[in-house]
Amino acid sequence: MKTAIKLAYRNLTGAGLRTWLNVIVLSFSFVVILFMKGVMSGWDLQAKTDLTQWEIAGGKYWHQQYDPYDPFTLSDSHAPIPPELADEIAAGDMVPLLMTQGSIYPQGRLQSVLIKGIPAEQSLLKLPTHQLDTVTEAFPAIIGAMMARNLKLEIGQYVTIRWRDVNGTFDAHDILITDIFSSNVPSAEAGQIYLPLETLQEMLSMPGETTILTFRDEERERTSVEGFSLKTKETLTASIDEMLKTKEVGQGILYFILLLLAMLAIFDTQVLSIFKRQKEIGTYIALGYTRGQVVGLFTVEGAMHSVLAALVGALYGTPLLWWMAKNGWTMPVDTSEFGVPIAQTLYPVFSPGLIVSTTLLVVLITTIVSYWPSRKIAKMNPTEALRGKIQ
Amino acid sequence: MEKSVISIRQLVKKFPAGKGEFTALKGIDLEFNTGEFAGLIGPSGSGKTTLLNIIGSLDVPSTGEAVVLGSSIGELSAREAARLRKHSLGFIFQSYNLLAVHTVFENVEFPLLLLDYSASERKKMVQEALEWVGLTDKTDSRPPKLSGGECQRVAIARAMVKKPSLVLADEPTANLDADNSHHILKTMETLNRELNTTFLFATHDEKVIGYLRRKIFLKDGRVDKEEWVKQTP
Repeated sequence: MKTAIKLAYRNLTGAGLRTWLNVIVLSFSFVVILFMKGVMSGWDLQAKTDLTQWEIAGGKYWHQQYDPYDPFTLSDSHAPIPPELADEIAAGDMVPLLMTQGSIYPQGRLQSVLIKGIPAEQSLLKLPTHQLDTVTEAFPAIIGAMMARNLKLEIGQYVTIRWRDVNGTFDAHDILITDIFSSNVPSAEAGQIYLPLETLQEMLSMPGETTILTFRDEERERTSVEGFSLKTKETLTASIDEMLKTKEVGQGILYFILLLLAMLAIFDTQVLSIFKRQKEIGTYIALGYTRGQVVGLFTVEGAMHSVLAALVGALYGTPLLWWMAKNGWTMPVDTSEFGVPIAQTLYPVFSPGLIVSTTLLVVLITTIVSYWPSRKIAKMNPTEALRGKIQ
Repeated sequence: MEKSVISIRQLVKKFPAGKGEFTALKGIDLEFNTGEFAGLIGPSGSGKTTLLNIIGSLDVPSTGEAVVLGSSIGELSAREAARLRKHSLGFIFQSYNLLAVHTVFENVEFPLLLLDYSASERKKMVQEALEWVGLTDKTDSRPPKLSGGECQRVAIARAMVKKPSLVLADEPTANLDADNSHHILKTMETLNRELNTTFLFATHDEKVIGYLRRKIFLKDGRVDKEEWVKQTP
């Protein structure tokens, strides 16, 4: 094996440009595959982190009637805050959230919205709720950048809001946009208005009531709370996990195409080598190599392409990917229109595991692709190979 | 005392040709001893290269027996045949068959790599072999930069570096001019005398024939006649 590696290295370095062209193509695939995988990891991490920070924290209690996919359940999805949770709320480790449907009238147009009441003093979620702690005749409200852009709303603007109270009576009032936040989480932004919890409770005539309770500590063992059902962080992130899995399939096709291109170069080189280097193969056999050892030598040569490609790729890929991880990859279009939790700038994450597994995968596939055509050598007649007469 | 290096008994070699067979060797009987400088002489198609390939364990007899350095070629496994070539045989080809991407040093070093010599031993042995053929100033050159004569001298150094018992040379001067041919042949003759290595040629080149001490003329796959040249003291 040691001899095969030494000879393969000599053959590759001696072949000059032919080797380096293959190595550069393969190294390009290495770097692009790593980049794409890094972007996926970064996106995965970022999406989950954003979702956790802006919306789900450590998990939630949902009112038993609440169904996020059925807006008609909202009118019945409210109950007094369970007294056994009062301490956790007081400690700032749990945030009640009351929800109802309503409409706003920006520039005279009707727009359905989800009105959420949240304590202004909370710090569990990243929402800038301190901006709700404003004394004003109109109700203070914060909205997401996505909604502000769609409805052309700005900070300091007044908008009329309409809702139904607990008895089904319509009421209306002006709200004042006190802040516009950008979260990268569509479910925290799209069509939603955040008001102070007490204000919404008063508007709906539901004092001390809530629809959802979001808690910080996901590790803590939680008992059942009457009227509410527990939703763990895993349950709440299941949909995003599913979406990322679907994305991985698409990415997988891209990796496959990239690998195919690189492997085609290796396969082509091997097939050509076997025909062009017949005399050399015959010479190896005449000098004492078995045909199996020659197959081994050609396979090592092919595999060595990927090792050299990894080294060359590391040479220009390391600073490039480090720069990308530091400065991120800014999307060419507005990501808020995508409808998925994707940041305007994605920061790829290149973990050692990702780098090692990708490298091993490419080396393994290259070795297999190199071995495949090399098996032909085992059927060669050495006397004909020596004269280069095999067609 | 002379020792048998090659012993051939009733050797027949047939090749498939179309729907039938072509018999290249038709019952050859030959014996070669240590230190011989002999040649198989004959026109194209006489069977000399086929016989050389069988002796070199690159091919096997159809019937009969070829015993080379105590090993019966027809009974060797692929691994055993490779071992025989690796340890005891040297090859010199008409078109040199050097590894084009390797330097002169690396080409000559190749057989030693297969024999697991240490780096220092290899260096010493390669230097010695290159001294025999007068190419110590070309160690870092690659074959495409060398003349035909130089390439063949590298091939001789490669064949001789491990000091094999038997060197098989197939038309070694076919691609060389007269001066280079004589130079090469003198080198081989000297090595034959100094190292007592057996040389067996396959040739129809008059220049080579002039150097041979034993001439075996082949015709249509049979030994036509044999000549021995008396050595001048």
